[in-house]
Amino acid sequence: MENKRLIELVNVTKDYDGDIALENINLYIRDGEFLTLLGPSGCGKTTLLRLIAGFIMPSSGQIIMDGKDLTAIPPYKRRVNTVFQKYALFPHLNVYDNIAFGLNIKKLPKAVIKEKVTEMLAMVNLSGFENRYIEQLSGGQQQRVAIARALVNEPEVLLLDEPLGALDLKLRKGMQIELKRMQQKLGITFVYVTHDQEEALTMSDTIVVMNHGVIQQIGTPVDVYNEPKNQFVAKFIGESNIFPSSVMVRDFLVRINGIEYECVDKGFGNNKAVDVVIRPEDVDFISPDKAKLVGAVKSVLFMGVHYEFTVDCSGVMWKVHSTDYVEPGTVVGIEILPDAIHVMKAQKAEEEVELTEEELMERDLVREDAE
Amino acid sequence: MKRKILAYPYIFVWLPIFVIVPMLFIAYYAFFDNGHFTLEFVKNLSDSMYWSVIARSAWMAVLATIICLIIGFPVAYMLSNMKKSVATMLSIFYILPMWMNALLRTYAWKVLLADGGLLSSLLGLFGIHAKLLYTQGAVLLGTVYNFLPFMIMPIYTTLMKLDRSHLEAARDLGANGVQTFFKVVLPLSVPGVISGVTMVLVPSMSTFAISKLLGGSNYALLGDLIEQKFMLSSTGYGMGSVLSLILLILVLISTAIMRRVEKDNGTEGGTLW
Repeated sequence: MENKRLIELVNVTKDYDGDIALENINLYIRDGEFLTLLGPSGCGKTTLLRLIAGFIMPSSGQIIMDGKDLTAIPPYKRRVNTVFQKYALFPHLNVYDNIAFGLNIKKLPKAVIKEKVTEMLAMVNLSGFENRYIEQLSGGQQQRVAIARALVNEPEVLLLDEPLGALDLKLRKGMQIELKRMQQKLGITFVYVTHDQEEALTMSDTIVVMNHGVIQQIGTPVDVYNEPKNQFVAKFIGESNIFPSSVMVRDFLVRINGIEYECVDKGFGNNKAVDVVIRPEDVDFISPDKAKLVGAVKSVLFMGVHYEFTVDCSGVMWKVHSTDYVEPGTVVGIEILPDAIHVMKAQKAEEEVELTEEELMERDLVREDAE
Repeated sequence: MKRKILAYPYIFVWLPIFVIVPMLFIAYYAFFDNGHFTLEFVKNLSDSMYWSVIARSAWMAVLATIICLIIGFPVAYMLSNMKKSVATMLSIFYILPMWMNALLRTYAWKVLLADGGLLSSLLGLFGIHAKLLYTQGAVLLGTVYNFLPFMIMPIYTTLMKLDRSHLEAARDLGANGVQTFFKVVLPLSVPGVISGVTMVLVPSMSTFAISKLLGGSNYALLGDLIEQKFMLSSTGYGMGSVLSLILLILVLISTAIMRRVEKDNGTEGGTLW
């Protein structure tokens, strides 16, 4: 991956008659990277993608590609191609003509078109499907045609709008790997929109977490998961125990629900209010007499790979993931090692991010799909 | 499954009494005279008068259909690109005349086109003195006027159902507005065009009131001829039936052509009718 900035968005805002869809977006996309826009529905991720594609114009701000302002350039003149959410394949054309569409518009010689389309069909494992019509293809095959139709134009950037949303789990997993492979092989920049955090974590070089039209965090998957910048990111990506009213006693010492723990964070000052996130898989059960924190197992959910326990520690519910089964009602100790604790700057009350019921539902639905 | 029963009255009562039996009667009258098989009526077709009427009917129908298409497609396209509320209101204006009796509408044209009527007086102001009524043009006008909504509505419906993302995909793949129209919008609206063409072509081939009122006796169409045969003489049943069969064949041929075009286009289903 090169470090050249291919696309840069500067103070981009988009509103629809006063309804703000995107607020002051500043983002750069590096040449050759796999960047994912992640967030709940209505967070503005698709709007952002459509801005880059050129289907809509920003209300203010600039989109710069290769040093040139893209704002006034119509979509058909941008070196960008899109894989649409529902593929948008042309039903009146067969597979070959669908893929050749862009090349025909460019009026390339027939022989060149044939060569390129054939090559592309081979890449997406659809050789021999040239004469099929779109309605004769399965969802997964349509997906491949959509990708081939976009990639055959050799765009500098491929925009993908929840391309795997319509596929079943198994197919989706397979396509994730395939997409990543294609991206690495071709060295094309991918901008990928999804609300599936797992998909984002597996495929991306960079994740941009968005909510309510505002970028919440930009980072590598590991960064975003391990070092969420705020409550929203912590809640949206992965499972978490969040303790908003914690206190940073001093560097490397944090008080959560009245109990002090050693941690690895510093620089917050002494006796400062902070938010703490602890991932359920980062804590362990130990015998109660050795633990600072003791509670009774309230419920157990079997999640496939692990169990999810809800532990009642004097009124505070902790979520714990473990592969070992513990009977509900058992009194357990919870071990929290220093590097399991992640301290974040406290969000002011008015800034406090609560996932709405809808967002939580969607996130859970996605997770149910995945499990 | 039980609901199939509801279709029985139609299949076993309506269909035989009102469709099959009348057809058999027509066939009977065409080939039997007083109970004896005869080809006399069919032989009458050697009279070139019949063929000139048949040719004129077919030609007028094709012409009316083409004009309806030329006017109807752009109208439907513009409607489909308008705000839904505006488009709905405008399309009501197009349909509104259809709520009035067709004869009434045609009579209105007769008044407008007549010598000394509104239109010829208006043209007279510009020094143009032309005979408007009882011309082939008047028949064409009346046909187009009566059947235009049947062209606009199916095309409009198809264009409305057109997935916007297909247009975006075309733009995304480098097509400008004109290319998008010809490579995506037009081919995808073929089902609507076929519905529209069928719905205009077939009735304008068999129309008789319009040609009678606006064309006078000079521009009789097949429909008029059939009416004449049946109305004017009791001996005309045979010839009238033969002509009816000819009309039926013309309609079947045009429907078959439409089917063929539709199939070649690869867009089966999705038509309005």
